[in-house]
Amino acid sequence: MTAQLLFLYFAGMTVMGAVVAVAAPNLVYSALALLVTFIHIAGIYILMNAEFIAAVQIIVYAGAILVLYLFVLMLFNPKQENLYMHKQYKVGIFLGVVVLFLMLFAGYRTEILSQGGSYTPELVEDLGHTRAIGNALFTDFIFPFEMASLILLVAMFGAIILAGSGRRRSKGPGGRVDLSRRKAAKKALADS
Amino acid sequence: MIPLEWYLTLGFFLFAIGVTGVLVRRNIIMMLLSVELILNSANITFVAYSNYHQSITGQMMVFFILTMAAAEVALGLALVIALYRVRSTLNIDEINRLKW
Repeated sequence: MTAQLLFLYFAGMTVMGAVVAVAAPNLVYSALALLVTFIHIAGIYILMNAEFIAAVQIIVYAGAILVLYLFVLMLFNPKQENLYMHKQYKVGIFLGVVVLFLMLFAGYRTEILSQGGSYTPELVEDLGHTRAIGNALFTDFIFPFEMASLILLVAMFGAIILAGSGRRRSKGPGGRVDLSRRKAAKKALADS
Repeated sequence: MIPLEWYLTLGFFLFAIGVTGVLVRRNIIMMLLSVELILNSANITFVAYSNYHQSITGQMMVFFILTMAAAEVALGLALVIALYRVRSTLNIDEINRLKW
């Protein structure tokens, strides 16, 4: 009973935060509503006996990803006018409802065959959830783990190259002109 | 004990809200935020099935989805910054040329 009440609270706050995040006109409000959603999703993970995933959810999603969004929003401060909703937003909402009902239909019509695995809650409680995850991660999933580190490395290089090289270019489409002008000046200097 | 269907329904709702956000909003940063919602709904579904089947593979999947989401948000926001430098707009209806 307590678990079900807790689930209803976490699920309600999750859905409400998501709706506010999608519907709020101000981008910073959207990001903060998304923070509410992420933290309550961590609560749902705890209800599902996944404590390590809950901690990682708070650290990575609420701590790193959302802070990145907030940094970009607050540093760039993009103009808000004419940016709120698409003209045909009613079609978008209708399509979202259609997707929801299709998924509910598919989910409730499918028969789920339960097969008990080896990771019972008692075993995980005995071993510790972090240790159970670590055992699986460094034995069965070692190759995906290495690939994940490679993906993060490539993403870091890409982000640095894409966002960090803006100092040489001036703002606007005239940046290329400036570069060529500088090149021409250098050439003239070398010729003389 | 909470039945599996409750978790699945929550995941479905989050996914539908995320899809609606991608379709409805015109700001490119908001579309990236909605993609985060979709990824979270997938995570909830994975952990729900992992809990239901008493297997830890679903939680491993969540771990890798998290990695991918971090990479996606770093690259996506870097692209948005580069785009905003060139075009000075974040409206996706105005970004309709392949070459500037």
